[in-house]
Amino acid sequence: MKHLISTHDLGRADLEQLFGLTDNFARILERPIPKVPALRGKTVVLAFFEDSTRTRTSFDLAARRLSADVVNFSVSQSSTRKGESLRDTVETISAMSVDAIVVRHSSSGAPQQIAQWTDASVVNAGDGWHQHPTQALLDAYTIRRRFGSLDGLSIAICGDINHSRVARSDVDAFTKLGAAVTLVGPKTLMPSDLSGWPVTVSSDFDTVVGEVDVVYLLRIQQERLSAGMFPSVREYRTRWGLTTERAARLKPDALIMHPGPMNRGVEIDPEVADDARAVVLDQVAAGVPTRMAVLYSVLGPGQFDDDGMTEAAGGPDLEAEAAPDRTENHVEELNR
Amino acid sequence: MTTYALVGGDIVDCDGRRRADVVVDQATGRLTEAAPDAADERLDVTGCIVSPGFVDLHVHLRQPGNEAAETIETGSRAAALGGYTAVVAMPNTNPCMDTAAVVTEVLAHGSRALCEIKPSAAITVGRLGETLAPMGELVDLGVRMFTDDGTGVQDDQLMRRALEYAASLDPGDGTSLVLSQHCEVNALSQGGVMNEGRWSAELGLPGQPAEAEELMVMRDIALSRLTGMRVHLQHLSTAGSVEMVRAAKAAGHPVTAEATPHHFTLTDGCCASYDPVFKVHPPLRTEADVAAVKAGLADGTIDAIATDHAPHTPDSKELPFDQAPPGMLGLETALALALTELPDIELVDLIRLLSIRPADIAGLADRHGRPVRPGEPANICVFDPDRRWTVDRTGLASLALNTPFHGRGVRGMVRHTFFDGEPVVIDGKATR
Repeated sequence: MKHLISTHDLGRADLEQLFGLTDNFARILERPIPKVPALRGKTVVLAFFEDSTRTRTSFDLAARRLSADVVNFSVSQSSTRKGESLRDTVETISAMSVDAIVVRHSSSGAPQQIAQWTDASVVNAGDGWHQHPTQALLDAYTIRRRFGSLDGLSIAICGDINHSRVARSDVDAFTKLGAAVTLVGPKTLMPSDLSGWPVTVSSDFDTVVGEVDVVYLLRIQQERLSAGMFPSVREYRTRWGLTTERAARLKPDALIMHPGPMNRGVEIDPEVADDARAVVLDQVAAGVPTRMAVLYSVLGPGQFDDDGMTEAAGGPDLEAEAAPDRTENHVEELNR
Repeated sequence: MTTYALVGGDIVDCDGRRRADVVVDQATGRLTEAAPDAADERLDVTGCIVSPGFVDLHVHLRQPGNEAAETIETGSRAAALGGYTAVVAMPNTNPCMDTAAVVTEVLAHGSRALCEIKPSAAITVGRLGETLAPMGELVDLGVRMFTDDGTGVQDDQLMRRALEYAASLDPGDGTSLVLSQHCEVNALSQGGVMNEGRWSAELGLPGQPAEAEELMVMRDIALSRLTGMRVHLQHLSTAGSVEMVRAAKAAGHPVTAEATPHHFTLTDGCCASYDPVFKVHPPLRTEADVAAVKAGLADGTIDAIATDHAPHTPDSKELPFDQAPPGMLGLETALALALTELPDIELVDLIRLLSIRPADIAGLADRHGRPVRPGEPANICVFDPDRRWTVDRTGLASLALNTPFHGRGVRGMVRHTFFDGEPVVIDGKATR
């Protein structure tokens, strides 16, 4: 895997392999020294054209846990709008001989464009309304940890689907893994044409809420209210929010998920956010090993099997005992 | 001054198709009855079509204001290489063509160009849609088409006033004024950078619905009925627009319409590459819309093929899709795309779409889109309809590179273009 731009680049087998890697890295993160030399000598640039402390921190930690060198390249949108083309910015970063560029951008498609202008691997950390593939991976991983598999699960994604990169990525990943997805929300927040989306759509949260295994709530942004997409926060909460009343009708073992940051009292009631079924922090925790798995997949020796991974990522204490073929690969990697 | 004999080709003009040789007299700028054998230069055009030069109702020449993207000279060279002998320059320059001073400057540059530069002018001051531009003064300078192209006149009442005011400005030379509309209701298209549909949904790009165009088409047909004035509808891109124009014409309303080569060849699926070279307004639409535009061209609902030639510098197209400016090159590929993509349209009808009708709409019918016969102005194009070639953006005369057709195989190539008797293109090369 050279880049990770979209969940559409991943088949079910790729997803399962990434989960296997994530499992391994999650175990490593439980060790006293949660760090492996897998990407030693590699340089990862975090190019965040749009601010996102959470996602950047998660990628930053993931890269450091793999012993990569990490560089932050924060580019304010305003400076690129003042004349420097995206291509110029990317070529500037590439000229510093980096191995991977993790891109967050407010414009859909920017990571795909960037991949054409650099030899480095490009990992999409969220682009516009388009895709947020590592979020989908960590979300699916969180569900999988709880239920063992997504096969046959019923998942409702609620809220601002149209303006959500999380929704686009999650729909693709969840359905590829065998779940049935229902989108819930007012038509003003739905893409106008959902043909080709393997989903059902409902505008009635109440009929959906008691039947699903997972409720995934999306963040509602104030600007959607200003644009007249719903009449008021109060009405949004009443019809589309996961209120205490609705949460009481959820299955006992259902999961409540949210990509964060939550608007307590809008899409989710404060008490519901603290419900035992809410796994929001599990999602955040899954972010680091998930992103380790992604960075390892685009920059590592290319082996996807668990055993090789365990040896390669065995930590400093195991480094000298790494399998010979693995060491050769690593040397080749460095010599390229 | 030289005379040129074009020997061995077929003439296609308003009188149909026939085998005949043609002699151009550069001194008089007209076609003559002189014997081909007596001409100074003989050009063998066997297998080629000799037609009136093409007329483009819609080009952006970027001068004044953005001479890094195109100038009147380079744009006119691209036009000549595309077989055009006249182009209507859109007014969204910087400063905008809404005053005599700017129009005079464009005319001055145009006087040295490789084709006739016919300036249009803005309907409203600064194209802001608030107050009428000094239309009378601009008519006196030769302006016949008014448009706020790039944006539509949003205010219904202001558009009505513009039409009524234009009705009282008779140029007095047998031509008439036309108000030309970029049909887009901003309140509905707002923020949309591509067609709204299944592709925008997947790509996460804000879309603009077909209805944003169709609402203004509908309104302008109504205003044409109300005022009795001609309205020309630019770059129709949706099946609904084509159908409304068809009905309006059947009802006898004085509307005309144009369509671009990109709207009869490309669809919104092209945007999946996120390459801003495919960003254009109105946006690339669906397969069904492309089919409807082709049908509209075939049955005469759409009067003209216009390119909406819109050069942009490479760096401005190396931005994210939503930030890049809309627009594509068109002058040097229009004929080939028409011949390649509209195989069901007879050559005679194609010349009507590329030359005769647009010359009439632009107020140029006394010297462009004319019959190819002795005594007529020598504004003609000679093209080989069967010659195959591959579009190469680096080989275009335009200063900019933003053709969406780079690498595409096409059929039909311009060999020679004569503008006012001058051989501005010979054997596919500009002579100056």
